[in-house]
Amino acid sequence: MKRWLALLLFSFGIGLYCLLPFLWFVLTSLKSPAELTAIPPKLIPAFQWGFYLSALEKHGLLRYVGNSAIVAGLATFVSIVIGSLAAYAMARFQLAWTRFYLLLLLAISMFPQIAIAGPVWTILNRLDSLNTYHGLVAAYIALTLPLAIWILTTFFREVPREIEEAALIDGCSRLQALRKVVLPIAAPGILTAALLVFIYCWNEFFFALIIMTDPQVQTLPVGIALFPGEYTMPWGEIAAASTLATLPLIALTLIFQRGIVRGLAAGAVKG
Amino acid sequence: MKSSYRLALLFLLPSFAFVGLFTLFPIFESFRLSFYRMILTLPWLGQKFVGWENYTDLWTDPVAMQALTTTLIFVAVTIPLELLFGLGMALVMNEVFRGRGLLRAVVLIPWAIPTVVSSQMWRFIFNDRYGLFNFVLFGDDTARYFAPMADPQLALIAIMVAEVWKTTPFPALIILAGLQTIPDELYEAAGIDGATAWQKFRHVTLPLISPALLLALLFRTIDALRVFDLVFVMTQGGPADATNVLQFYGYKKTFAEGMVGYGSAIAVGVFVLSLTVALIYLRVLRASQLRGATQ
Repeated sequence: MKRWLALLLFSFGIGLYCLLPFLWFVLTSLKSPAELTAIPPKLIPAFQWGFYLSALEKHGLLRYVGNSAIVAGLATFVSIVIGSLAAYAMARFQLAWTRFYLLLLLAISMFPQIAIAGPVWTILNRLDSLNTYHGLVAAYIALTLPLAIWILTTFFREVPREIEEAALIDGCSRLQALRKVVLPIAAPGILTAALLVFIYCWNEFFFALIIMTDPQVQTLPVGIALFPGEYTMPWGEIAAASTLATLPLIALTLIFQRGIVRGLAAGAVKG
Repeated sequence: MKSSYRLALLFLLPSFAFVGLFTLFPIFESFRLSFYRMILTLPWLGQKFVGWENYTDLWTDPVAMQALTTTLIFVAVTIPLELLFGLGMALVMNEVFRGRGLLRAVVLIPWAIPTVVSSQMWRFIFNDRYGLFNFVLFGDDTARYFAPMADPQLALIAIMVAEVWKTTPFPALIILAGLQTIPDELYEAAGIDGATAWQKFRHVTLPLISPALLLALLFRTIDALRVFDLVFVMTQGGPADATNVLQFYGYKKTFAEGMVGYGSAIAVGVFVLSLTVALIYLRVLRASQLRGATQ
């Protein structure tokens, strides 16, 4: 009984710690303008949608959401395709420098952004690709490949060699074997890798900030960070945009919780 | 054999291309540029080789040294707190009880929130008039409301609070994965020997999760050394450079002031700092794994 009570109290405390700050921000987004500027602040709002409408109409929230969806979606797709090819090669062919390449990728994932940001900007400038989707997507592919390859290699190694060798004997090419045998078996792993890459791209701020200076192509994090206010900070609209930016991620995280936890552990623990 | 080697290379080629062009080449380029004077707002100066000048300037730049100190304080305060809270959460999540699944889901929520969003959220919580922080402290006594973000020390503490809140789920999950590998028999054996709960934790749990703890420490330290989003959104490095961390200073020099050479020297400094941390930890980790394997 004592143990049960202690666990309940601890769980309740952890739950409050994790949920309360964000819940308050969500409630803020549902306030009326008068409630927002009430001193002392009101905790429970009138549940109005005014700030959402204003964020959509006056601040182009939908455009930011669209830009983020395009950039994150494209980058995830290409990163997973290229990452799958690389991870397959490393899991299947005995290459002397596989371990070296994996360690190099791990080191790259630890680079501080500023250490590469200047030259990345210069390259994209030379290619006339600043303020374009493909410019930011190209940078995101490079930044997420280490994560994708690490997770995918872990999952591909678990696919039994025998099944694939049977397919090769039956006349499949290596690429066919990868597509028809290995990929379906490793599907949960690919989904996990895709989710983590997508979340990374959706949340990424540093490179989006320096590459996308034109508001027309800016992604959601840049939009939320630079939300313009004429006289005062538009806190209601910022809270509304933040809620909209976050809810899809929370939904994805809760739905694919097991896979994500496993992927984080695979990416980290095998290091 | 030869043809399969070629095929493997073919499969790896696209990843080499992206990684090479957008991460490896840039890091070498940053090293190179750190030995040049190059100022974007003064393009007629071009690129001039200046040797170690950028680095000696950096060493005597009081703002840079303050940024280094601030970054190190940030890391030294947030990481132990994250590991401690993460360990506590992991121990609770590792118990068997109804609602454990729900708890594990809830813990993931701060992790899933974009850093820019959590930064705006904490900035508003610490708002001098409408924020939850003042309301919790003073309630209806609005005369005592104040602006913590305007105070150099409190602003730094506010950023640390936001960082700890957002990133604690990561060590919690890594430590939980470590806890789940400990067989129940070990605890039963310790119980038969008359070990108290504390002794079980100290002599069974702690040694067995030390690799997980070290890993969480490594990943979190490297990540905290490159803190940027929080500072950009919450304080822009202020007030009076009190929250000006290395990555933000490098960003400001390179992209706001166009001092490419000097900014590259800062970039190389941050890079060498995180590389050193990574190498130290990998060493320790390998040593502890070797010890575990020989016991």
